[in-house]
Amino acid sequence: MSVAVAKPGEIKHNYLNAGDTVRSWLLTTDHKRIAVLYLVSVTLFFAVGGLLALLIRLELLTPQGDLMTSENYNRVFTMHGVVMIFLFLIPAIPAVLGNFLVPLMVGARDLAFPRLNLASWYVYMAGGLIATWAMVNGGVDTGWTFYPPYSSSYSTSQVTLTIIGAFLVGFSSIFTGINFIVTIHKMRAPGLTWFRLPLFIWAHYATSVIIVLGTPVVAITLLLVAVERVFRLGIFDPALGGDPILFQHLFWFYSHPAVYIMILPAMGVISEVIACFSRKRVFGYHFVAFSSVAIAVVGFLVWGHHMFTTGQSVYAGMVFSLLSFLVAVPSAVKVFNWTATMYKGTIEFRAPMLYVMGFLGLFVIGGLTGLFLASLATDIHLQDTYFVVAHFHYIMVGGTIFGYLAGLHFWWPKMTGRMYPEGIAKLAALIIFAGFNLTFFPQFVLGYLGMPRRYHWYPEEWQMLHVMSSAGTALLGIGYILPIFYLLWSLRNGALAGPNPWGATGLEWKTDSPPITHNFEETPIVTEEPYAYENHHQQEEVASGTGASTTKG
Amino acid sequence: MNNGHDTHTHIVPIKVYLLVYVALLVLLVATVGAAYLPGHHTLLNNVIALTIAVMKAVLVVLYFMHVRYSTRLTWLWASAGFFWLVIMFILTLGDYFTRHWVPVQGWE
Repeated sequence: MSVAVAKPGEIKHNYLNAGDTVRSWLLTTDHKRIAVLYLVSVTLFFAVGGLLALLIRLELLTPQGDLMTSENYNRVFTMHGVVMIFLFLIPAIPAVLGNFLVPLMVGARDLAFPRLNLASWYVYMAGGLIATWAMVNGGVDTGWTFYPPYSSSYSTSQVTLTIIGAFLVGFSSIFTGINFIVTIHKMRAPGLTWFRLPLFIWAHYATSVIIVLGTPVVAITLLLVAVERVFRLGIFDPALGGDPILFQHLFWFYSHPAVYIMILPAMGVISEVIACFSRKRVFGYHFVAFSSVAIAVVGFLVWGHHMFTTGQSVYAGMVFSLLSFLVAVPSAVKVFNWTATMYKGTIEFRAPMLYVMGFLGLFVIGGLTGLFLASLATDIHLQDTYFVVAHFHYIMVGGTIFGYLAGLHFWWPKMTGRMYPEGIAKLAALIIFAGFNLTFFPQFVLGYLGMPRRYHWYPEEWQMLHVMSSAGTALLGIGYILPIFYLLWSLRNGALAGPNPWGATGLEWKTDSPPITHNFEETPIVTEEPYAYENHHQQEEVASGTGASTTKG
Repeated sequence: MNNGHDTHTHIVPIKVYLLVYVALLVLLVATVGAAYLPGHHTLLNNVIALTIAVMKAVLVVLYFMHVRYSTRLTWLWASAGFFWLVIMFILTLGDYFTRHWVPVQGWE
């Protein structure tokens, strides 16, 4: 395989300059351009969800509801949840980094179904805009979980419209999932056997399995809520002969695995970054690969732990509690193997690596607090308190955002051909980590003390903890805004990256930065294991990793 | 394979489709008939209806969705879908059969 090197001053053809009209972007079938479209759109939706979060924390600064009415508060936290989960956390890594990298990493020219890929972006945008439209047209006040009978019989807000938005976004992710599965099965480069695949690919494969098998269930379930609401058919409302716990079974059958849709791709990013910046092959590669698949499978068996206090059978609760503990096994396998990978590695604390260290800390805290919630007895005390809010923010938000930002920084040189400024990127990582912990750690204490979620009035003695949490949000806001500025700045002013600025292994580093439209000039042939860092000369890697690195060994 | 050159498509004779269609209609009639069996609304009645529904689904998946003529990978995926469905039914029904029901007025 050849890497065509540009002569000084020569502008090489790449996917970014292959056409600069709006039309060439909106009708593109190039997976890399679609990834950029997703990057812009998920960033916008993240900003919307983030502003709603700021409003929530501003309201909670004082024990009284003095910024908005209870009804408006319900609408704000519901839309924060809907926007962040359906429009940011679920698509962020698969749709942006996955779209960009899956074909590059398997040595393919594009995804298996390029037009389906473009359609998935349009369907996503349609769903997102419908949900946004519902928000400005009165909003929705049911909580992002849309529990009936409130959502189907009593709420007067825009439930149906929001459900249609979520339904569409679900289909967008099904399209992406199908595309990844077929691409990974059918389009791997010669020599790229299953156990030579990067762990990022394994993680995306497991994620796609969950998406394809789980998402249709929630889509139909939400549609049934809309049907009950519009036609008064008794499905979930007991007053009409339905069963509200059935809704929760169906809803969580998808929505618990959805947590793994958010976290598994992040875990894929972590494996890549840790291997690169420790200069070692991933410890226990096979175990890490299979743990992704195990998380996908076991993740489908645990949904009932969301329903311990709903009137679900106590026997079912016991089974779900036991099964929930099982998920800890493959999750721990990953964490231990990452730690073992770093052990005696030549660790470089670049910005992506800082995000990875942050991820490890947050994931461990989030995972261990999950055990309190998976235990029947302690869950009865903690159910629907801020403990739950803190737990799922640590896992889903901390895990996904830290993974996403690690990946975005790691592959930014590949996506744009430019380096980001290292110093300020490290500062942003530290600010986000500090802000995140200041925001959500006090919420564990609040929840333990009994602060219920979704309330905006609370006893005065809890104000201090709420003030800490709100102060953390301000810090977090600054941390999130910084990358937007310096990454945009780097597009014009960043140092030229070259094909492989980190000295990393993997097919995506063996083509130009930014890649040409067809990814590779010749089909690559794979002859070695993944992460064969030991085979490469250390000298070469150090030479390519120049700059403000603080190397510790 | 009817067509030696193309390994990706399998042309199924119209006769097969019609036969499957007729089989589906027969099973439909059987479902309705089973509902009128004595001992209406019994557990047995549900079991019969669900069994017939599974048979119909299998016919649709095998013939109309072409899984019968597909690769082993497609077989694996189709069975995985069924496996997942079974998990959903077993765990959800596990709750239903062991739940402490609270009587609702008008629906006791």
